[in-house]
Amino acid sequence: MTMTLMVARRLLHAFLLILAVLVLNFLLIHIAPGDPADVIAGEMGGATEEMLADIRKTYGLDKPVYVQLGVYLTRALQGDLGQSFFYNAPVLDLVAGRAGPTILLVATALLFAVFVGTMLGVLASHKPKGIVSGLVTVVSVIGYSAPIFWTGMMLVILFAWVYPIFPIANMYDITRGGGFFDRVVDILYHLVLPALTLGIVYLAQYARLTRASMLEILGSDYIRTARAKGVAEVKVYGHHALRNAILPVVTIAGLQFGSIISGAVLVETVFSWPGLGTLAFESILARDYPTILGILFFSSLLVIAANLITDLVYRLVDPRIRTGG
Amino acid sequence: MAAILSIKDLVVDFKTRAGNARVLNEISLELESGEILGIVGESGCGKSMTALSIMGLVPSPPGKITNGSISLDGEDLVQASTARMRQVRGGIISMIFQEPMTSLNPVFRVGDQIAECVLLHEDISKADAWARAVEMLTKVGIPEPEIRARAYPHELSGGMRQRVMIAMALSCRPRILIADEPTTALDVTVQAQIFDLLNDLQRETGTAIIMITHDMGAIAELADRVAVMYAGHIIESGKTEDILTNPQHPYTRGLIACVPHLEENPTEDRPYLSEIKGVVPSLTELGKGCAFAPRCPYKTPICEEERPHIEAVDKTHSVACYNVKYVVAV
Repeated sequence: MTMTLMVARRLLHAFLLILAVLVLNFLLIHIAPGDPADVIAGEMGGATEEMLADIRKTYGLDKPVYVQLGVYLTRALQGDLGQSFFYNAPVLDLVAGRAGPTILLVATALLFAVFVGTMLGVLASHKPKGIVSGLVTVVSVIGYSAPIFWTGMMLVILFAWVYPIFPIANMYDITRGGGFFDRVVDILYHLVLPALTLGIVYLAQYARLTRASMLEILGSDYIRTARAKGVAEVKVYGHHALRNAILPVVTIAGLQFGSIISGAVLVETVFSWPGLGTLAFESILARDYPTILGILFFSSLLVIAANLITDLVYRLVDPRIRTGG
Repeated sequence: MAAILSIKDLVVDFKTRAGNARVLNEISLELESGEILGIVGESGCGKSMTALSIMGLVPSPPGKITNGSISLDGEDLVQASTARMRQVRGGIISMIFQEPMTSLNPVFRVGDQIAECVLLHEDISKADAWARAVEMLTKVGIPEPEIRARAYPHELSGGMRQRVMIAMALSCRPRILIADEPTTALDVTVQAQIFDLLNDLQRETGTAIIMITHDMGAIAELADRVAVMYAGHIIESGKTEDILTNPQHPYTRGLIACVPHLEENPTEDRPYLSEIKGVVPSLTELGKGCAFAPRCPYKTPICEEERPHIEAVDKTHSVACYNVKYVVAV
């Protein structure tokens, strides 16, 4: 199969998937208990029955569910995700404003987890019974079993109270001036703890995975071939073995993108990171249906895009898939 | 001719849960430049371990060379530094393996894998190394070498992959090539092609070859001299024709008798395929006597008391057996 055909097919699949996601999300939210009109009215300071009816009419909540669904789908496909009840602003603008920080957080955490995780895994595989290996195993088990919010709070305690080195909230310091470069540095500085918290769970898994797959590969025939032609040990590990050992890591990292985004909701809440996660948290509390739907929709888009990218990356790193189609 | 490689009293031990396994027991071998030396024996007799010892690739732990020397033109490889061994491997001594299907790295182009070997051992540009890779592929008889060099291992058949391995092994014009059962995993017709190829290349380049195999036919066809191994010992060695036509050790005789023949009426005077009764002893449970004694039809009390040393029966032929005269007379 050629590359273009493959991409075209995947894009079609992605489109159908997005439609299904839209419908499912919509129905799920409407099954959930609670009346948004009450909440909107509550924001405005109490309401009579007439006012509630009026609100329902304004937001189209008086129509049957399937009509609402139809309206929602048509608008969504045109890029209109509706109006937020709570923020009284277009959902698209809200989501677009918050997407950047979330993507920054998730991408940093993922890259950190993949790079550091693989490196630790390689180190551990060098002496499978050594100290580094034992340390990686212990840290992995802790990192993997500890809930994300707990890790986050522990890091907050450690770095904000015991050793006050890193900021524990927000994305940048609004009181700080300076040019573009200063702002970037400030953002990165604020990014350290949230990204660490989110990344650590995955780092642990990738370290274990890399260690296991390195150990398997180091015993394989082609590693013996590499040694037999005089390749130095550093290159045997870092080139011949690692290129093969990262294949499962790429697969798993792609599959886990969705769970990383949901992890981001928790991390953003703990660290007041102004991303989609905090927005989701606030709009769920406010029963702000259009916003929740918009966020769900956008995160599905992210996951679908991530899977597509994983597919392409996998083709790059594994020639057997490239030609096998 | 002078020996370029000479192994003396080499001992390799493996620590196992069942105790110490002496996988190579005081073996001595000489390889003369330009010759093909065959090493035969059953699985686990130490053939491959001999090869790995020469390459300095004995897996350690659990393995360890505990005694002896491997001298390459007078330089002891057992004592050589890691850096020196890297120069030797692939540059002076190279090796091809039993499993062509899995011996090439699946994520790199075969041309790059050959070129890497050249780049490691010669001061040469990347483009020249690639050109050498293509040239080597031509030499080992791969059609369309420019295109094949860009292929990944999975795009080639087993025979093709073994040719690539041979191309890689010979890319730096080594003085010694160790072929560890190079055809075991291949079809019979492909086996013949690979043997022919090795034979031709050997004649052309003068590379000395150590051919490890349990295929007596291949030995008869290719080898100048043969060493027979059993349970970590060399029990007989000599010129190929002497070993094949006049085997002295009971094990060698048994081994040769086991080779099936194509005959018109194979069951006429030999109703079954021959076999050597019994099994190879566990290397952790070798007694003080001859390792073959438990299976030997000619054994005498001394065989279980003391291990026989390998001794010359004539100028080129040596055997480790107390009862040679009696065995040959039968």
